[in-house]
Amino acid sequence: MTIAVPILPSSQLAALNEAYRRAVARKRLRMTIATAVFVAALAIAAIGAEVNLRTLFTQFGNFVSYFDRILTLESGARVWTDIVEWFWGWRKWLVLLGETLLISYVGTLVGAILAFGLNFFAAENTSPARWLRFAVKRFLEFCRTVPGIVFALIFVIAFGLGPMAGVMAIAIHSTGALGKLFSEIVENADMKPIEGLRATGAGWTSCMRFAVLPQVSAGFAGYTLLRFEINVREASVMGFVGAGGIGQELLVAVRKFYYSDVSAILLLIIVTVFMIDIGTGWIRGRLFGKEARA
Amino acid sequence: MSQLPKPDAAGLRARYPDVFDRPAAARLAFPAMLLVAFAVFVFGLVDLDFSPARLVAGLHQLGWITMMMIPPNPGASLPAYLVAMGETLSIALLGTTLAAVFALPVSLLAARNIVPSGIFRFPVRRFFDSIRGIDQLIWALVWINVVGLGPFAGVLAIAVSDFGAFGKLFSEAIEGADKKQVEGIRASGGNALHEIRFGLLPQVLPVIAGQVLYFIESNTRSATIIGIVGAGGIGLQLAEQIRVLEWQKVSFLILMILVAVAAIDWISSRLRFAIIGRRAVA
Repeated sequence: MTIAVPILPSSQLAALNEAYRRAVARKRLRMTIATAVFVAALAIAAIGAEVNLRTLFTQFGNFVSYFDRILTLESGARVWTDIVEWFWGWRKWLVLLGETLLISYVGTLVGAILAFGLNFFAAENTSPARWLRFAVKRFLEFCRTVPGIVFALIFVIAFGLGPMAGVMAIAIHSTGALGKLFSEIVENADMKPIEGLRATGAGWTSCMRFAVLPQVSAGFAGYTLLRFEINVREASVMGFVGAGGIGQELLVAVRKFYYSDVSAILLLIIVTVFMIDIGTGWIRGRLFGKEARA
Repeated sequence: MSQLPKPDAAGLRARYPDVFDRPAAARLAFPAMLLVAFAVFVFGLVDLDFSPARLVAGLHQLGWITMMMIPPNPGASLPAYLVAMGETLSIALLGTTLAAVFALPVSLLAARNIVPSGIFRFPVRRFFDSIRGIDQLIWALVWINVVGLGPFAGVLAIAVSDFGAFGKLFSEAIEGADKKQVEGIRASGGNALHEIRFGLLPQVLPVIAGQVLYFIESNTRSATIIGIVGAGGIGLQLAEQIRVLEWQKVSFLILMILVAVAAIDWISSRLRFAIIGRRAVA
C-alpha cells in the first residue's frame, strides 16, 4: 500500500518557497543589524569605560591571589587552621552585624508604614483625585530612583555620622520601592467588595479598611519581607559612607589590607544574608502557605 | 419594606465554634507578633541613637540643604559630567553583557533538567548564592585592588555580582522550559549538545534576553553609585560634590541620573516588548 503525498504544482510551490525564503531572509537581516548595533554599542562602551584587557590579564593573577591572601593569616597559615585568630574581633563584628540588621529592620518598617500610607493614593482604582495620584506617584518614583546610598551620603551631612543616616536612607528608598509594589497589588484587587461597601454608604476610609485591606494585606507582608532581605544587603554597605553598620569595618579592613579580617567579615555578611533569606522564606511559607514561597 | 430575619446568634455560635470560640493561642498570636515587632522597633530606635532633638536638627539641616540645591546648576563642569554619565552607561552595558555571557554556560550546570544529579547542582547553586550575598559595592572595592581605580573596576564588579544573579535566573528559566522539544531532538538522533542548542536555547533565549535588558536597566542605577568607592562613573563626581558641599551641582547630578535612568527604562522596555511581546513582560 502506498500513501500518496499531495504535492502542489510547481508554480504554486515556487511562490510559497519564495515567500518563505524572503521571510527567513528578513529575519536574518534584522538579527544581523541588531547584533551589529549591539556590538558597536559594546565597542563604544568599552572605550568609554577604559577597558584595558592588558591590565586585566596582567593583573588577573592579582584577583586570584587576592582571595589567596584574604584566606591567609598574618602568620602565613590558612585561616581555617586557627579559627580563634581568624575571628579575633568576633565580639565587635557581631555587635556591628546586629546594628546592620537593626538598621535594615527599622528602615524597612518605617518605609513600609510610609508606603502603606501613600499607596492607596497612588493606585488607579482607589486614588481619590487624579492630581493627588500624579503627585504621589512622582514622589515614590523619586524615592526609588535616587539610590539609597546617595541619600545616605546627604543624610550623613544633615544628621551627622552614624546609623541614623543609614536608617533614614533605607526608609526613604523602601518607601519608593514598596509604594510602587503596594499600589500595584491594590490595583489588582477585586473592586466588587468596594462597590458593595460604597452601596451601604461607607466613606473612602472605610472602603479602604474593610474592602481593600483584607485582600491586599498578605501581599503587602510578602513584599515587605522581601524588601527586608534586600535591605540587609544594602545596610551592609551603608558603612562605606559612614552611615553605620558593618560596612565601615569592612572598608577599613580592605583599605588597610587586613587581609584575614576581610574574609572573616565577608563570611559573616554572607552567612547573615543566608540566614535572613532562609528565615524570611520560612516566615513567608508560614504566612501564606507553600506556593507563596517561590 | 421587608425586614431581614434576625440572625440566630446562639444557633450560629453552636454551628461554627471555630469562628466564635477560637483558642486563646490563635487569638493572641497576631497581637503578640505585632507587640514583638514594635518592641524590636523601639529597641532599634534607642540602640541606633535616634533622638527627637537629633531628628529635628537633622530635618532643619536637610531643609536648608534642599534650599541650597535650588536651582540646579552644573557650573563650568557640565562636559565633565556628561563624560562621567557616558562612563556610567558604558559600565552598566559592558558589565551586564559580560555577566550574561559567562553565566549562560554555568547556569546550565545548575538546572535540574540538564544536570539531574543534586551533588553537582548543589555546589553550583550555593556558589551563585554566595556571589549574590555580597553587595556590588564590596565587589567594586575588591576589583579596585586588582585593576586599580577607574571604571574598569566598576565593569568587573557589576559583571561578577550579576553573574550570581543571572546564574540563578537563567537556570530557573531553563528549568521552566518545555521538555517536549528536547525529547523531539533526542528522538531524531541529536546528542546532548544538539538538545541544548536546538531544543532548549530557542525556548529560553527570549526569556533570557528580557532579563538581561531588565538588568541593564537596573544596573544603570547601580552604576551611578559604584563610583562612590572609586570605581568610575557619575557616582565619583556626585560623592565629591557632596563632600565639598556644592549643593547646586549635587542637585544637577541627581537630576541627570534621574533623566538617564528614565531614558534607559524607556528604551529597554520598548526593546523588551519587541523581543518577548507585551504579555510576557507584565
